[in-house]
Amino acid sequence: MRIIVCVKPVPDPRHWNRMSLHPTLKVLVREGIPNVVNPLDRHALEEALRIRERYGGEVMILSMAPLFSLSILREALAMGADRAVLLSDKAFAGSDTLATSHILSEAVKRIGPFDLILCGNQTIDGWTGHVGPQLSEFLGIEGISFVKMIEGFHFEEDGTAKAIVRKKTEGGYVRIEARLPLLLSVVKEINTPRYVTFSGILEAERKEIQVMSASDLRIDPSQVGLAGSPTKMADLFMPEVKRRREVVQEKPEMASKLIFEKIRQRGLI
Amino acid sequence: MKGEVWVYAESTERVLHEVSLEILSKGREIADSLGGSLSAVLVGRDLMDVAKELVSFGTDQVYWLEPPDSNFYPGVHVVEALTELVKEHDPDILLLGATSVGAELAPKLAARLKTGLSAHCNDLKIDEQGHLLQVVPAFGGGVLATIVCPEKRPQMATISPGVMKIRRNESRNGKILRREMPLNGKSRVKVLDSVKEERMEVSLEKAEIVIAGGWGVGNKENWQMLEDLAKLLGGAVGATRPPVDEGWAREYQMIGQSGKTVRPTLYMGFGISGMMHHMVGIQDSEFIIAVNTDPEAEIFKMCDFGVVGDLKEILPCLIQEIKKGRSEREGF
Ligand SMILES: Cc1cc2nc3c(=O)[nH]c(=O)nc-3n(C[C@H](O)[C@H](O)[C@H](O)COP(=O)(O)OP(=O)(O)OC[C@H]3O[C@@H](n4cnc5c(N)ncnc54)[C@H](O)[C@@H]3O)c2cc1C
Ligand SMILES: Cc1cc2nc3c(=O)[nH]c(=O)nc-3n(C[C@H](O)[C@H](O)[C@H](O)COP(=O)(O)OP(=O)(O)OC[C@H]3O[C@@H](n4cnc5c(N)ncnc54)[C@H](O)[C@@H]3O)c2cc1C
Repeated sequence: MRIIVCVKPVPDPRHWNRMSLHPTLKVLVREGIPNVVNPLDRHALEEALRIRERYGGEVMILSMAPLFSLSILREALAMGADRAVLLSDKAFAGSDTLATSHILSEAVKRIGPFDLILCGNQTIDGWTGHVGPQLSEFLGIEGISFVKMIEGFHFEEDGTAKAIVRKKTEGGYVRIEARLPLLLSVVKEINTPRYVTFSGILEAERKEIQVMSASDLRIDPSQVGLAGSPTKMADLFMPEVKRRREVVQEKPEMASKLIFEKIRQRGLI
Repeated sequence: MKGEVWVYAESTERVLHEVSLEILSKGREIADSLGGSLSAVLVGRDLMDVAKELVSFGTDQVYWLEPPDSNFYPGVHVVEALTELVKEHDPDILLLGATSVGAELAPKLAARLKTGLSAHCNDLKIDEQGHLLQVVPAFGGGVLATIVCPEKRPQMATISPGVMKIRRNESRNGKILRREMPLNGKSRVKVLDSVKEERMEVSLEKAEIVIAGGWGVGNKENWQMLEDLAKLLGGAVGATRPPVDEGWAREYQMIGQSGKTVRPTLYMGFGISGMMHHMVGIQDSEFIIAVNTDPEAEIFKMCDFGVVGDLKEILPCLIQEIKKGRSEREGF
């Protein structure tokens, strides 16, 4: 099976409290905050590796990101992916989800035939969950989000194959049968990602990372980046906290009395 | 057309989803402010009753697409049918719920229509030029962004469940426009079955009182005190992520970025530090009480009433206090 895993480098959430909003430029100041593989993309990669272990094939990482993200891709390769493609070009900067998906789809078309594309269900920074479904749409295949389990694959005599997956819903899940090629966006319940081993890191050094630019992909710059993005960010701000912030330090008995009073004042007792 | 607001209405077993009513309420407000009209889009079989309900809820038009089979997947065929409908009528705004269905359908539709889409909006406004301002959370809600789609139409957004208030409207003389939706023979995706998983007694999203516990609760025994307190007050128990990981609480009890959004009259958090990932899920609560041993805890900056103290000591006292107060009031 040929599997493509989409990976986005994101700022490490353990350092988010160091992130601030530039008072006039209205951009996030991320200076010195390291990037990591988007958490759900590790789950997507883990699932791909398990499928390869069972059915054979190849696992390829695809990422659109600035050039400094090569080290993040090495990390994904160290987990066990076979090779990686990094799409990097100044023209890509500022792409919204539509433009991002368009770029990824053009790369997929050049990478060649595939059976499965796995994405994280959403990133922890932009947090839209759009890229998986939009990529499937650009490629003219079906895409399923909120996938919490891949039950298995059925291979038909005519060479086609089907996957049976579980999609998480509000009240439980639905079981779905879908023909390959297929795109799945996964949630964290799907698996527990493996740790990177030392030998994995050594092997990753020898693996190939292909870097492609807008012209390699023959992408029209007006279709990507800020110019090719229908959405614009009009404002960026921190949520306002309008709370009373009355804080007391009292013995448990007194504290309980005060809390009780607050509940009573709201007519809840 | 300017001022035409469309809402994708979801239903299960002929019952409209709450989030669809929430968005329709907001949609009505926006349509009125733009001097336009409100339409609902409905996809499914035998939904005449639902369509009528939409009309009585204040919808001017209901576009109902009826497939030949009730067991269809909302995949490429639905995207194609909706694309056609949108191109025919050219709505200004199209809103969907950020549900397991809407959050997948909306981006596909936006890609087909080559228009912009914002995700998990928790506020919508109209600016002077009549553009839709879409407030979305990013970085776990630590940052909010206002997204606009100035040129392409429709302006599309998905809306988080539970953030818009339901406002019933006068029933109108709404039209129901039904149309067959062909499934083009062999679909590549098939729904095999849907499985319901357990639900809790008082649903967290609807509870008037939410008692939440965090890592500071320490163990399963202490957790029981939260359950007791919730029972006493008729509230529901919620959690941050660590208690779910530890197995003191269940996945469906998690509140925050990757869990539920609650907006109770009263939220009480015990042993919760106040990380943004959790706080985004409670920020619309009317009154927030926090108990934490650490006077520097972030949650104290985001609460209405905070108590610096040990929950292991405060919880038993509080439970006693409530029992006592209640019996005094009831004159026992
Ligand atoms: C504050 C803020 C708000 C934003 N709001 C919007 C908005 O409302 N609408 C909009 O269109 N854009 C928005 N964006 C821009 C959006 O974040 C970018 O377009 C981004 O490139 C992809 O979106 P995402 O991070 O939400 O990814 P998601 O759609 O959440 O990603 C899902 C999965 O797709 C794959 N994927 C995503 N990006 C890449 C990539 N670059 N390379 C490889 N795989 C990838 C990964 O597998 C990922 O897990 C916003 C950005 C910020 C910072
Ligand atoms: C992508 C991502 C998504 C996430 N989504 C969510 C989400 O949806 N919801 C969520 O909750 N978390 C989420 N998290 C986790 C989140 O970042 C925090 O780790 C989590 O909210 C912290 O939970 P906590 O406050 O219970 O624990 P801690 O931060 O460990 O805080 C425990 C607190 O208890 C106090 N305490 C200790 N003992 C006592 C005592 N005896 N009495 C009183 N107080 C005491 C301590 O002073 C401390 O402040 C997410 C994380 C990531 C990276």
